[in-house]
Amino acid sequence: MSERKDITRRRVIKSGAAAAAAAGATPYFFTRAFADGHGYMNAPKGDTVTFGFNVPQTGAYADEGADELRAYEMAVEHINAGGGGMLDTFSSKALKGGVNGKTVKFVTGDTQTKSDAARASAKRMIENDGAIMITGGSSSGVAIAVQGLCQEAGVIFMSGLTHSNDTTGKDKRANGFRHFFNTEMTGAALGPVLNNNYGKDRKVYHLTADYTWGYSQEGSMIKYTQPYGWETVAAVKTPVGAGDFSQFITPVLSSGADTLVLNHYGKDMVNSLTQAVQFGLRDKQVNGKDFTIVVPLYSRLMAQGAGANVKGIFGSTNWHWSLQDEGSKAFVKAFGTKYGFPPSQAAHTTYCQALLYADACQRAGTFKPSEVGAALEGFKFDGLGNGPTEYRAEDHQCFKDVLVVKGKENPTSKFDVLEVVEVTPRAKVEYAPSLLGGELGPYNNG
Amino acid sequence: MDAIFLQVLNGLDKGGAYALIALGLTLVFGTLGVVNFAHGALFMLGAFCAVALQRMFSVSYERINEDKQDFLGNPLKEQISYMVDWVGEDAAAFLQDYSVPLSIILAALFMAIVGIVMERGLIKHFYKRPHADQILVTFGLAIVIQELVRHYFGANPIPQAAPQVVSGAANVGSWVGLGENVIYPWWRLVYFVFSAIIIFGVFAFLQFTTFGMVVRAGMQDRETVGLLGINIEQRFTVVFGLAAVVAGVAGAMYTPVLPPDYHMGMDFLVLSFVVVVVGGMGSLGGAVLAGFLLGILQSFASMQAVQELLPGISQIIIYLVAVIVLLTLPRGLMGRKGVMED
Amino acid sequence: MQNKTALKDITLFVGFAAVVLCLPIILEPIGANYPDLLQKIAIFGIFAIGFNILFGLTGYLSFGHAAFIGVGSYMTLWSFKLLTMNVVPAILFSVILAGLFAYLIGYVSLRRSGIYFSILTLAFAQMCYSLAYSVLTPITNGETGLQTRAIRTNPETSLLDADLRIIDQAFGVLENGVPTTNFFGMAMSGYTGFYFCAVLLIICFFIAQRLTRSNFGMMLKAIKSNQNRLNYTGIHTRPYLIAAFVISGMYAGLAGSLMAATDPIAGAERMQWTASGEVVLMTILGGVGTLVGPVLGAGLIKYAEQKVSSWNEGILESFFSFLPETLQHLMTNIGSLFVGEGWHTTLGLMFMIIVIFLPGGIMEGIQRITNIFRRKSNKDAKGASAPQPAE
Repeated sequence: MSERKDITRRRVIKSGAAAAAAAGATPYFFTRAFADGHGYMNAPKGDTVTFGFNVPQTGAYADEGADELRAYEMAVEHINAGGGGMLDTFSSKALKGGVNGKTVKFVTGDTQTKSDAARASAKRMIENDGAIMITGGSSSGVAIAVQGLCQEAGVIFMSGLTHSNDTTGKDKRANGFRHFFNTEMTGAALGPVLNNNYGKDRKVYHLTADYTWGYSQEGSMIKYTQPYGWETVAAVKTPVGAGDFSQFITPVLSSGADTLVLNHYGKDMVNSLTQAVQFGLRDKQVNGKDFTIVVPLYSRLMAQGAGANVKGIFGSTNWHWSLQDEGSKAFVKAFGTKYGFPPSQAAHTTYCQALLYADACQRAGTFKPSEVGAALEGFKFDGLGNGPTEYRAEDHQCFKDVLVVKGKENPTSKFDVLEVVEVTPRAKVEYAPSLLGGELGPYNNG
Repeated sequence: MDAIFLQVLNGLDKGGAYALIALGLTLVFGTLGVVNFAHGALFMLGAFCAVALQRMFSVSYERINEDKQDFLGNPLKEQISYMVDWVGEDAAAFLQDYSVPLSIILAALFMAIVGIVMERGLIKHFYKRPHADQILVTFGLAIVIQELVRHYFGANPIPQAAPQVVSGAANVGSWVGLGENVIYPWWRLVYFVFSAIIIFGVFAFLQFTTFGMVVRAGMQDRETVGLLGINIEQRFTVVFGLAAVVAGVAGAMYTPVLPPDYHMGMDFLVLSFVVVVVGGMGSLGGAVLAGFLLGILQSFASMQAVQELLPGISQIIIYLVAVIVLLTLPRGLMGRKGVMED
Repeated sequence: MQNKTALKDITLFVGFAAVVLCLPIILEPIGANYPDLLQKIAIFGIFAIGFNILFGLTGYLSFGHAAFIGVGSYMTLWSFKLLTMNVVPAILFSVILAGLFAYLIGYVSLRRSGIYFSILTLAFAQMCYSLAYSVLTPITNGETGLQTRAIRTNPETSLLDADLRIIDQAFGVLENGVPTTNFFGMAMSGYTGFYFCAVLLIICFFIAQRLTRSNFGMMLKAIKSNQNRLNYTGIHTRPYLIAAFVISGMYAGLAGSLMAATDPIAGAERMQWTASGEVVLMTILGGVGTLVGPVLGAGLIKYAEQKVSSWNEGILESFFSFLPETLQHLMTNIGSLFVGEGWHTTLGLMFMIIVIFLPGGIMEGIQRITNIFRRKSNKDAKGASAPQPAE
């Protein structure tokens, strides 16, 4: 017994010594990792600069992630070549091959559409691969998580596909920038179009994905349809990934509602829409009106999964390949020639983000986050497929026209799922920066 | 009244699907003593048999049509299906339309092969291994199958339409004397009948054939059956194949309800385990009963009145029921003593 | 005999501690020397060691341990938000709260055994996850996850979006923006964070080792080999089981707390069944019932998740650049099935191969290799020493 005690004591001493050794070793590693004397995090050495592309490569959004990655690769090609694709139509002509005299390289990571995994892979790119900027993603939870991380680490975050208000609302950060639109703009753009097409005084049933984005989308749909006398009969929360939505759809039949709004995205949207159509909702007449379904946020890639069920259903999107402005045409041509199919809105927004970041660095003459950010704030540009656009300084949100689309009745190919119904001008979707709350805080240069 | 009637229908429909998925799982548990985490992947493979058949029916060659343009402004390459050339336009259209029900044949054949290969090649080496090892190896296999499917079919859901005649909704209300609002999709009714037939088929097979008798005896007492000189190994292979086929056809028929994607197996995995365990390990009747019970309760928990009373209940009802059942009935609804308790 | 075991234990412990503390140097050649991965390996090592106390010793397979990770993470974040950015109170509260949760869940779940126990724990964890994701949003901030914020200036702001930090404020700590977590002034990010976790991992390893060797550990192993016999001899096994469950729950709570301490965010997905499954896989992969195995398994899975997933086609192409071009493309195409976006395939194959060929996990592989060497040296000594009895 005494022997045992002795061992225990020795062990404790040993581990204490080990801890002391650890503490002694710390300063060396610490200094090596962070204070490399350039004044900001991961300042590029040599003649290359590294971008970090953090996209979902596994999980439900893997195809969107793959499309984002394709767009990024093409963006890097164009930036290094100083031309090609939308870089030729972009209003800013600062980029002439490379950025600040350096060639752009990139590293990739898998977000798995999970906040933890996304932050871990962003950290790897920052800590291990020396990424100067992180961009990408296909959901708001991930975007907000990675944005917070980039703020702490002191690099710029150019978010990918994220539609929740919070990204540039109450969770906005100085180091984070968003090109994609949000639920507020969707509501503002859809409201009038729905009224024009379906008339006043409708009774609306909401099925809402039970998480932050869903609540925000539902709120904005209610807010912007109310002025037209649209009345909410019920707003029911559905579990994310429910698969079978039948138990949520049958009550719609007897509720007296004549409009169903599906505040779902991705797989949930595909499933709930497919099933709602199967239940014959669209063949019904309620209150003397044709029953209608609305899907506020469309993703063309995902909508393909719902097949013919999307025909004639209204929604909104950030960009669509059928747009006929010079920028969109150049982008579709470059992308289509390289990969053989048209780009998705996810590809478009990430391509723009990469270009905008590179351009801002070139104009700022440095990669230092605070100066790059200053170059982006209030930056007005054109030629990137959405018409005249501005990065608003107050919340780092892009303001541009919003597309209202509907499912095409007679598609000519499997990519030809949506048609643009109306381009809602920027002025109609703009809101005061204070509306969504939050604070940018100071820039962090690491 | 209408609402309740519809929720009962929903519950039955869901229950049929759950029971069908759980059936193969519990069969494998009961007879082979194997925890098969790849069962969800088998369900998914079956669903992709439907996708594959649809693709086969539309294998096509390209013909350049100068009159039309593709998205890049080049002349459109029209896709002409070989089927049209071979059997004529009407027959090809018919095959396309009925590709989901027809895919049952493909799924049954393909899944039988998959099941037998899987059992002979992998599972049989794990009969004597701890459950943890079985879980790890089948989970690994599930991931590999999943990634293969993703490699060929992508990650996004692929729409599968039910045949035109059953694509709409049936006016169930008029059959039972309820209101106009009681309508239900034809395909879901078809699926319900289909699952009932399969379930009864499996029961009849086990109940009324010599083969089934031996298997049932094996479920009760494997060693004795082995001592009687019966080649139980061969029967195990057949049982595993049968489980795979049931999972496969269930998946293929489910595609019009739920557009299949490579991950759907994992989504159903936990649920099917809960169904099996609530029913009682290794009990076929229990699995079916639990499937219907959970289906119906899930439907009712989603009603707005219930949700207002107990917010969040629709999210957790399945697990809550599982906890209550397992705490009151130690071996689930119809489980036997000694199965999977160590 | 006891002497020998004790000596072996000390060697194992010292060796383990040395390896953990030298991880940055050891992992440098495989490109894994960066703070986040090192932290994750240490944290999941703690999680897996704790899980093994339950699963490895008693054989009770819990599928709900992720719930305790979540509880630990949320508690830690709330401690950061309300009290102080110092990690000490956060860790203490988290471990205690996780222990309480573990007691409640364990008390109920341990009424059943085998797969029924597994499903009960799974059910509880999934309920925690679903509720945290949806209706408990006022506490968990739902999908977005709980994060630390700047000090609240407007009392109208919800506590989810602004912090109080009563203790820090009382001490007059100045904050610019959102402060970082610290251990009495040492930042918890970067390598300091790793060494903090590493020291805790070593302490946890020590406790687990002592537990395994204690009477309590013997009792747990007895439960695994034959619970009925114990019951017949009049021993109540449940208190022991509950104690084991609570201890392993506290380990998980500590791991969750450290996750939030090194990276201040807590999301519901940490509680999902896949997260519970991950620790099961780590333990089996490394070697159930061994002390070092679970940590190895944790390291391997985290490495695959972080590094193998990052080998995109560009990296593959440069890797195969010594080959002629056509062959290079071919190899790149084949390789991309297994790395980059195909990293799950590698993970799946790794599970299968290890469990098929090494039923005891990686530890069995190591054992076999050392046995080969030992046999060789025994042969060299021409049987000078009697072969060691197996344990």
